[in-house]
This record gives sequence, structure tokens and C-alpha cells, in this order.
Amino acid sequence: MPAVQETVERVKRIDVDQYRYGFETLIDTEKAPKGLSEEIVKFISQKKNEPAWMLQWRLEAYRRWLTMTEPTWARVDYPKIDFQDLYYYAAPKPKKTVNSLDEIDPEILKTYEKLGIPLREVAMLEGVEPKVGEDDPSRRKIAVDAVFDSVSVATTFKAELKKAGVIFMPISEAIREHPELVQKYLGSVVPTSDNFYATLNSAVFSDGSFVYVPPGVRCPMELSTYFRINERNTGQFERTLIIADKGSYVSYLEGCTAPQRDENQLHAAVVELVALDDAEIKYSTVQNWYPGNSEGKGGIYNFVTKRGDCRGHHSKISWTQVETGSAITWKYPSCILRGDNSRGEFYSIAISNGFQQVDSGTKMIHLGKNTSSRIISKGIAAGKSQNTYRGLVTAHRKATGARNFTACDSLLIGDKCGAHTVPYIEAKNSSATFEHEATTSKISEDVLFYCVQRGLSQEEAVGLVVNGFVKDVLQQLPMEFAVEAQKLISISLEGSVG
Amino acid sequence: MALLEVKDLKVRVEEREILHGLTLTVNEGEVHAIMGPNGSGKSTLSHVIAGKPGYEVTDGQILFRGEDLLEMSPDERAAKGVFLAFQYPVEIPGVTTMNFLRTALNAQRKARGESELMVPDFLKKVREVSKSLNIPQDMLKRGVNVGFSGGEKKRNEVLQMALFEPSLCILDEMDSGLDIDALRIAADGVNALRSPKRAMVVITHYQRLLNYIVPDVVHVMSKGRVVKSGGKDLALELEASGYAQFEDAA
Repeated sequence: MPAVQETVERVKRIDVDQYRYGFETLIDTEKAPKGLSEEIVKFISQKKNEPAWMLQWRLEAYRRWLTMTEPTWARVDYPKIDFQDLYYYAAPKPKKTVNSLDEIDPEILKTYEKLGIPLREVAMLEGVEPKVGEDDPSRRKIAVDAVFDSVSVATTFKAELKKAGVIFMPISEAIREHPELVQKYLGSVVPTSDNFYATLNSAVFSDGSFVYVPPGVRCPMELSTYFRINERNTGQFERTLIIADKGSYVSYLEGCTAPQRDENQLHAAVVELVALDDAEIKYSTVQNWYPGNSEGKGGIYNFVTKRGDCRGHHSKISWTQVETGSAITWKYPSCILRGDNSRGEFYSIAISNGFQQVDSGTKMIHLGKNTSSRIISKGIAAGKSQNTYRGLVTAHRKATGARNFTACDSLLIGDKCGAHTVPYIEAKNSSATFEHEATTSKISEDVLFYCVQRGLSQEEAVGLVVNGFVKDVLQQLPMEFAVEAQKLISISLEGSVG
Repeated sequence: MALLEVKDLKVRVEEREILHGLTLTVNEGEVHAIMGPNGSGKSTLSHVIAGKPGYEVTDGQILFRGEDLLEMSPDERAAKGVFLAFQYPVEIPGVTTMNFLRTALNAQRKARGESELMVPDFLKKVREVSKSLNIPQDMLKRGVNVGFSGGEKKRNEVLQMALFEPSLCILDEMDSGLDIDALRIAADGVNALRSPKRAMVVITHYQRLLNYIVPDVVHVMSKGRVVKSGGKDLALELEASGYAQFEDAA
């Protein structure tokens, strides 16, 4: 049988059901009644013991949301979402203040163990350092905040971070403990009126991570948040706010998984980054939400607003994302290059297989003088998936000397998938230099045959070629996660060729 | 002992028969040359032995040490010791040659139930072989065949042949696109690999290559069959008289 035909056959039999994180955790949860109303918004705010200003903020967002309609410009297709048919709040029971790991539901701990999230292994108990010899000194420490459905269940290394002056805690706690910081920065990058999903998030977000790095501090470890949707019919709306004060540096990673379910689940997060003068934020994502089964049933609808504001001069924000999951991805991590000489970067690997639909890219908005940005996007489409890169590069008329370099490469596996590139470029001043390169290629039968002739299996061959294709982006991930991401890429493409 | 036995092999590509009952036996330690004009089916034969998709075997068999090769996937054949040096080696951007060599070698060893080669042993071996082939170390750090000259690509094929230690090497038009100096280096590399345990099938249009890699047996192919076999002098005879005399014989 000719190889092309074989590939097609294989893709037909594709088994997306091999999603490794599809298990469900059986625990008691407390849920708000289904549907969305001012009462629900008040309920969430009350549950979180929020101050009045926060409730007011949410209600304004909610009222705004009622006047908005869902965006339809993305190249994705899905049945209309009934926003009254969702739960907007779910929390593992019982929920009092958790002081040590032992007070966390063992089922939840088991879940994170299965997911390979090191909550217990790495000196989880607050302030307890690993015993000598227990921790491999060559391995850098990673502080983890774990968010289960709507609630943050554990944050590790809090004490050690506190010593350095770094605040890393659930945003619900930050609202109570650091109201001045939250009030100053929340909504300052993604305003409550920004877009349909961001506004919805502003009204109902229940948790997420908060990071503040004080002036001149280089955060002593990688910070990481792990998001897990468990409940049925529950939307996850987390909110992340990271502030890097003058001359500071922080590297942050988020990971996401969800159980395998027949119905679609909504995830609408907002991430705001603020980098002040000379500060740098490196934000990495390994997104592995459940992508749906082989018939395209189920999977997460991922409608996320991520934006970084290079507010200070010489500041830098770098987004790196590895997107392998979700039935639908609608996501454009962006940089507002406000400060003079600031720099924005976007490195992306988006893999789609089965019936997945990806519409993702970035916006680089050059406002300050001599600002620069770099976009490296690698889209890989297999199965019957559709993979779109959508990007905007724009230079304000005062942004003299703005520079951008964009390279968008797409790789097709099989002949039932599609790759699309939609770049928008606007320069309002003549001194801006924008470069755009794009390629689309098919993984050739000749390359695969060459590899298998040398002893690699078909799947090893595809993995090797794809990993070569995405190498420039993988190099941007923190070491620990690059290896993980490489494995994830191979798993996502299993069964994509004959 | 017969290493490779091709018996009455008939092969189609998209409804058109290319090989019309080809028979060929290659013993261990022998070097066979297969010569013939364009379109005689030389490359098809090499592809079918290696298991390239797109060919339909309608009749006949291929035995490798008595085992049915056609039942095996291409990677299984590679692990068994079948190596095809490509006429046009492909480029694999982003995958360093060193990484590729190690991944492939370990995949073969794993398939044979052997342990993976330790990194220091592997590096030592690669350095030795690449030195003898005049392959600079920085070439090994580049993407597989990316930006390689024609000569470098062919030397990279010989390098892999030396590393994987196959028992059957098929060299498909190794001389195409090479100047005399590049040809000599590649041929020296191949000659160094001649061994009583290893057989080679050298596919070529021209007698020129056979001045460097001297065969034990020469076969002439025409229209999908072997029409004449003989010693190394047959190649010289062909060079003088051309292929036309065999067109009718086929």
C-alpha cells in the first residue's frame, strides 16, 4: 500500500483516547448553583471573603458582560455555548484554611502525584527544607501552586520565597493580604471590558496565582502553577497576575490537564503580566487540556486572554507556549511594548491532532521608542485538525525605531488537516522595521523512509522530525520542562502516521 | 552462504509492472554490481529490498539469510542488517547528525535485544570513523545533510554504514553528483568496509565507479530483468559497447 494511503488509513483509526491525564478524582465538592447571575457573582465573592471593592469590580464586569457578544472571527467552529448551563464555582470539600499537606484531601494529593506534580516530594510542608541528601542539588527547585477546579489547594516553598521578598500565593489570598498591590495592578493590562471571555472571567474568577517580585530581586526559583479541571460541567476561570518590579526577574510556568469527558468544558482564563523598568518576566505554558476523543467528542474549550505590559523602559516579557491539548484553542499571548527599549518575545509550538481546532498567535504592540519583538511560531497539524496562526504586529506613530522579526512555520502530517497563517502588520511610522517569514511544509514520505531505513520506527521517525522542526522553540523552555514537552509532543502525535 | 536471494520478483508501481521476474543471489563476502540503462528497474530493486512504501510485489520472494524479507517492516529490515545508501540523501533540519546517528544506532540495537551503546563508546566510534572518512567534527553538529555538499552527503551515508555494521549494503548510484576526488574518498570508505561477513550490491550506470569498488560479479539489467551476469570484465565490455545489445535480449 502506498505510504500516503497508509497514513490516511492510520489517521482514520487515530486514537486520541490515549490521553494520559483523563482520569477523574472522586471527592466531595461544594458547588454554586448552575447558571450565572449577580447572586452567583456575590456568592463567589462571599466564599472568598473578599473586600467590598472586589465585589464591586466583579459586578461591574458582570454587568458589562451582559452587553457583550461572543467573538466569531476566529477560524474555529463549535456549537453555541449555553452560559446558563454551567457551574461557575466548585471547590473541594472541606474547605478551611489548609496549613499542612496532611489537611489536604488525600485524593487530591494522589491526583497531583499521578500527574507528576511534585507537591509532596519537594519539601511541601511550609517552611520545611528538604533534608540533606534528599534533594539532588543539581536540580533547581520549583515552587508550585496547585489549582484544583476553582480553588488553589497548595503552594509550596512559600517561606523560602518570602525570605527573598517574593510574594507567591493564590490570588484569593492576595486580595485579602495585599489589597494595595492587587488594586493597583488587577485589570491594568486586561481591563474588565477587554473582551467577552476576559470580562466573564473578571466577574467569576475564583482563584489563580499572584506573584510580586520586589525591586532588584531575581526570583530564586522557577514558579509554577498547575491547573486541573475535575468537576463535570464546570467552567474554570482562573486569574493570574504577575508583577516584576524595577530590575527584577522571574520565570513562571503553568501546566494544565483535565479528565476525559464526553461533554465540552469551558476554560476562560486571564493572565496579566506587568514588567516595570529593567524587569524581565519569562512565562512558559505547557497546555495539555483534554483534546476530545477520536470522533471529536468532548474536550476543553480554551478561551484565554494573556497579555503582558512592558510598562517600564528596558523591560522584557517573553511568552513560550507548548499547546497540545484542548478541543478548541483561542489564545493570543501578547505584549504591549510601552516602555522605551522594551522587548517582547513569543515562542510557540501548537500541535493539533484528531478534530482539534487551534486559532492562536500573538500581538506585539509597539508604543515606545526602539522597542523590539520577536515571534517564532511552529504549527503542526495532523489528523483532521485545523491549525491557524493569527498575529498582529503594530507600531504606533511615536514608536520610532520599532523592530519586529516574525517566522511562522507550519508542518502538515497527512492530507486531512489544514494549516493557516493570518498575519496583520501595521506600521504607523516610517522608521519601523518589520520582517515576516512564513513556510508551510508537509512531512515527506522520503524523509520518513530515510529514517525507518536507518532503524527508527514510523512513530520515532515522526517524533524526531517534529522535534527537529520545533527545536528553536523548545530551547526557550526552562530545562526541566523542555524534556517533558518533548515527550508530550511525541505522545500528541502518536498514531498520526502509518 | 546465500545472504540475499531474490527469486522471480515481480513488482508494480501504480498498475505498471517494473520488475518482470527478477532473480539474484548474493553470498556473504561478495560485491555485486548491477548495471543497466535508465528505467531498467535498478533503483526499484533497491527500494523493494529496503521496503520503501509505494511498491506492490505481485509475485516472487526476497529471502535474507533464509527469512522472508517482504514480511518485515523497513525498520525491522534495518535492524536485521539491510542498509541502503541513498542516491539522494534527505535533509532533516533541526536534528543534528550526531543525534540522528545515536538515535538510529540505538533503535537498531534495541530491536535486536542489545543494550544501548554508552555515550563515550559511541563518541569514540563516531570520531574514529569520521576521521577516516575525512568528515570534520562540526559537520556532525549540523542538521542531518542540511547544507552538505554532494560529497559530504555521500560520505555521511558511508559513515552510517560503518557505524551500523550492516551485513548487506546496497549502494544506489553512489557516484551521481560526485567529482573524482569526492568519489575516491567515498569509495575508499566503502572498500574499508569490505569483509567476508558482509555483502554489497553496487548499483550504477557507469563503469567508472567500478574502478574504485571492484566487484566480484557484474549483472546487467534491462527492462526489469537480469539479462546477463559475469565477472568484473563484463563492466568493461559494457563501457565499450553500450547497453543497446541487451535491449533485444530482454
